[in-house]
Amino acid sequence: MIQITDLHKKFGKNEVLKGLDLTIEPGRIYAILGPNGSGKTTLIKSILGMVLPDKGKIEVLGKPIAKGWKYRKQIDYLPQIANFPGNLKVRELIKMIKDLRNDEGNEELLITTFSLQPHLDKKLSNLSGGTKQKVNLVLAFMFNSQLLILDEPNTGLDPNALIKLKELISKERAKGKTLLITSHVMQFVEEVADEIVYLLEGKIYFKGTIADLKNVTNQQNVEHAIAVLTKTEQDG
Amino acid sequence: MGKVLKYSFYDLVRSRWSYIYFLFYLALGFVLLFLNSDLSKAVITLMNIIIVLVPLIGTIFGTMYYYNSKEFTELLLAQPIKRSHIFLGQYFGVAGSLSLSLAVGLGVPFMTYGLLRSNAIFDFSLLLGVGIFLTLIFTGLAFNIAISNENKIKGFGYAVLLWLFMAVIYDGIFLLSLIVFEEYPLDTFSMVATTLNPIDLSRTLILLKLDISALLGYTGAVFKRFFGTQLGFWVSMLVLVLWTLIPILRLKYKASRKDF
Repeated sequence: MIQITDLHKKFGKNEVLKGLDLTIEPGRIYAILGPNGSGKTTLIKSILGMVLPDKGKIEVLGKPIAKGWKYRKQIDYLPQIANFPGNLKVRELIKMIKDLRNDEGNEELLITTFSLQPHLDKKLSNLSGGTKQKVNLVLAFMFNSQLLILDEPNTGLDPNALIKLKELISKERAKGKTLLITSHVMQFVEEVADEIVYLLEGKIYFKGTIADLKNVTNQQNVEHAIAVLTKTEQDG
Repeated sequence: MGKVLKYSFYDLVRSRWSYIYFLFYLALGFVLLFLNSDLSKAVITLMNIIIVLVPLIGTIFGTMYYYNSKEFTELLLAQPIKRSHIFLGQYFGVAGSLSLSLAVGLGVPFMTYGLLRSNAIFDFSLLLGVGIFLTLIFTGLAFNIAISNENKIKGFGYAVLLWLFMAVIYDGIFLLSLIVFEEYPLDTFSMVATTLNPIDLSRTLILLKLDISALLGYTGAVFKRFFGTQLGFWVSMLVLVLWTLIPILRLKYKASRKDF
């Protein structure tokens, strides 16, 4: 699905990715974890072509993405902070994205799921953080792309919406889609992810299933296991 | 590009500032024609305003739009749209809506005062053409400054400085150098210096077309010899086109190499 080889990226003097290699198999849910500033968002943005790598190669669906843009049609992306043009109404935004992608979105069900009907004619600048995140989720889930990239999907959601989100994710899994998710909430990760990719200092420090992670670190709990991973690195 | 252009254009056409800009020209046109119903003279007064105001509004609007639509840009970047189309679409959206305000705002009063039946129509069209060129040029320069400066305040500062330089300081330096080097033949120098600044070039083009170059004295005669000819006119147009194209190409280049 995605093949990344020797990816390097520097922002000024700050070397964020230092030769990262990663293979994403189709039909699985990957959780990309790591401490703040470990390069998770840079990695995701590189896959989307928003950040241009200094060195290395990224292939999506078997084709290199350098200078390409059509492959983004195969990717649905949920950005970390829902920054939308404030003067648009929710309804207009959804329509605009459908028009820009040239795709018939399937937003009706999602709008009902997240009870967004009363907000459809409000301007985006007047929405609360949680509601914005729900709109963000509708935009990401309304298309039927093979690959879904969710950057911190649970930010700002109330428990009810969080349950709905998990249901959505498991529906997508059932359709055989590939998901990349970043999150800082370990309980959420444990519930939804098949595999963990742990980033540290711009490289992949650990990659494997949750069971592997627990075995390697001798921990029963993912949160502690991750803490141990981080700690061993710092001690070493 | 068409779709990005469409959304940027609609977004701007609905904005309060476009209306203010449009109403300003509308009021200006009517007031000028009311005070002075000679169309040709109104064109000259308008020229003096347009030549300073259009670049100022172009630079300010351009930088403001770029910084304010950061979210929109980021949203678009994750969509299957070519990068250069995102930025060019936004650029043409801004330049297009400003040009529309200018053309319609001035067009309506001049039409009602019988522009189509007078022979000032060519002068007026030239004025509008120059105004649209200046909008394209200065919006383009503004986008260039904004894309190269993450810091809003800095970008805004540079943009205003650029306008100040082109509209005021350049002329000052030009005049000073004419005084300092008055012993030397300055025909070629002054002609080249005028051609290089789009604001000066626009002013000269219109003045010469209005046939009031006698006001410029000796320089006027020299200018008339060059700019008054077919060749001079086309060279000036070519320079204006280059002033428009170079910022667009640099914008495209910068956009293809920037991280978001």
